[in-house]
Amino acid sequence: MAKKSFRQAINEALTQEMRRDPRVVLMGEDVAGGLGSPGEDDAWGGPMGVTKGLMPEFGRERVLDTPITESGFIGAAIGAAATGLRPVADLMFVDFMGVCFDQIFNQAAKFRYMFGGKAVTPVVIRTMFGAGFRAASQHSQCLYPLFTHIPGLKVVIPSSAYDAKGLMIQAIRDDDPVIFFEHKMLYDDMDEVPDEPYAIPFGEANLTREGDDVTVVALGRMVKLANEAADALRRDGVACTVIDPRTTSPMDTDSILESVGETGRLVVVDEAHPRCGMAADVAALVAQEAFRALKAPVRMVTPPHVPVPFSPALEDAYLPTAARIVEAVRGVMA
Amino acid sequence: MQLNREQLLAAWRMMGTIRAFEDRVHAEFAAGGIPGFVHLYAGEEASAVGVCMNLDHRDKIASTHRGHGHCIAKGCDVPGMMAEIFGRASGLCGGKGGSMHIADLEKGMMGANGIVGGGPPLICGAALTAKTLKTGGVAVAFIGDGASNQGTTMESYNLAKAWMLPAIFVIEDNGYAESTASNWSVSGSQIKRAEGFGIPAVQVDGIDFFAIHDAAAEAVERARGGGGPSLIHVKLNRYHGHFEGDAQTYRAPGEIERLRRERDPLAHFRRRVTEAGLLEASQLDAIEAEVATAIETAVAAAKSAPMPPPPNLLTDVYVSY
Repeated sequence: MAKKSFRQAINEALTQEMRRDPRVVLMGEDVAGGLGSPGEDDAWGGPMGVTKGLMPEFGRERVLDTPITESGFIGAAIGAAATGLRPVADLMFVDFMGVCFDQIFNQAAKFRYMFGGKAVTPVVIRTMFGAGFRAASQHSQCLYPLFTHIPGLKVVIPSSAYDAKGLMIQAIRDDDPVIFFEHKMLYDDMDEVPDEPYAIPFGEANLTREGDDVTVVALGRMVKLANEAADALRRDGVACTVIDPRTTSPMDTDSILESVGETGRLVVVDEAHPRCGMAADVAALVAQEAFRALKAPVRMVTPPHVPVPFSPALEDAYLPTAARIVEAVRGVMA
Repeated sequence: MQLNREQLLAAWRMMGTIRAFEDRVHAEFAAGGIPGFVHLYAGEEASAVGVCMNLDHRDKIASTHRGHGHCIAKGCDVPGMMAEIFGRASGLCGGKGGSMHIADLEKGMMGANGIVGGGPPLICGAALTAKTLKTGGVAVAFIGDGASNQGTTMESYNLAKAWMLPAIFVIEDNGYAESTASNWSVSGSQIKRAEGFGIPAVQVDGIDFFAIHDAAAEAVERARGGGGPSLIHVKLNRYHGHFEGDAQTYRAPGEIERLRRERDPLAHFRRRVTEAGLLEASQLDAIEAEVATAIETAVAAAKSAPMPPPPNLLTDVYVSY
């Protein structure tokens, strides 16, 4: 099977869905780029080049560059979704959600419920997240816990190129608003990705490692670190199950509870801030539903509760590492 | 534009329905039967009806928190609206939306909206749908003078023009954003703001159904013909408070009584059509009586309708799972 990057996987999913369904349109700042400029067309092909080549194939009627106007075009994508298109809107950095959050959580998230089930809003909002790029406080956050908190939104956080393609296809075919989180440090990661279209259902976790001693739950780029930690621990005779929920809304709580029922030990790894984040959410779930199975207190591995710093020295200290996960696993084994 | 007798009767029926609906909701709210927040449209009827009479099934509107008039003018089911406001299972949204969120997508009504400035970006999307799928439809945002100061509104002007969308922005300027006067809160002029974005704009008198109708006809024609967005600034008046229960101490003594006496859009319409010999007063009276009966029936039905059953709490969210 062909190896493809996370970036190519998303591009392929978008291309195949746009070929399949003429109602799928792409919009955002510089999704093609170069509009009205004297130089090249499709100059950027989207932030990080993820949507390169789509405009030449589908034309500017379906690949719409927008002004820098997040409230405007995210709102427009939602309005278009409610009236018959299936837009994929590119929000570039999730940090910019602050500018257009109202349109997402008061409009898109609410339509179906508030209108008594008579509306669908099949919009996908793609957005980059995560630290490690030396991009500092306003271009490095995770923020998916904010969206997971809002009923009516679906929240997807792929950790591999294979998942990125299958989850993107599912997101486009889904009738609910989906916030699709792409970790900016994963774009060049390679994985085996089938050429044909395939959809990965939401709410089904992926077990990337299996073992009887400790359950490790991780999301996004943290899945890689959790796998590294699990492999290192395996060499020392400690067997971990690593669970990647893949979507935090809906979330596959059954897989987590089942695994904790077997191991009795839980480490949750999350790149989001610790307060009211996914790590705390999973810890609370297990405390409520599987307390008697626990043989040790739950451990959370997260950054400290501070903004993302710029200096490489500080950012490296900020981010969770495989070593910290190993340490946490040893802690629950002690 | 010359309207025929049937159209004039339809306009009268619709404006009368809005007035009767709102006056009745006012009374029912005061009596304690209606929960939550209610914002009434009485006094502004000519705007919703004058605009929406130019629209058809292809067209979409987005409304405001003061949305009952737009719903009625776009053809939403009136008993269903009343039941919704009373929070009943038979309401247009099954009782989940209430006054501020009445919607009927099948009628092209994209929802009243609890967020000031929520609608303009949405209709850019609806207009994009119409343009992309070549439906020939247009999309209209009703915007209060308060919402005209929101960034979303001005972003939408810019986006609608950049994308040359079949979008129409109707600013319903009733003089007050909540309790704050628009002659203080709106810097510059609505018309010049639109013109600054290259959007043709016109101001009309909100008691004049005919002026609004003609302005909207021109905007709709421009939009359908690929000429891009337009703006209509309607100067009108609201008879009730920002919300029901608002004591309106910010208004001048006697202001509302004077407006009702001198600036009433229904009285203006009646005078115009009877003086011109287009309709008989008796025809108008007969419709008024029919409307009163219809509203009475809608209220009785709403009050006797069952509340939504508790299991409905968990439906209509993630229904695909």
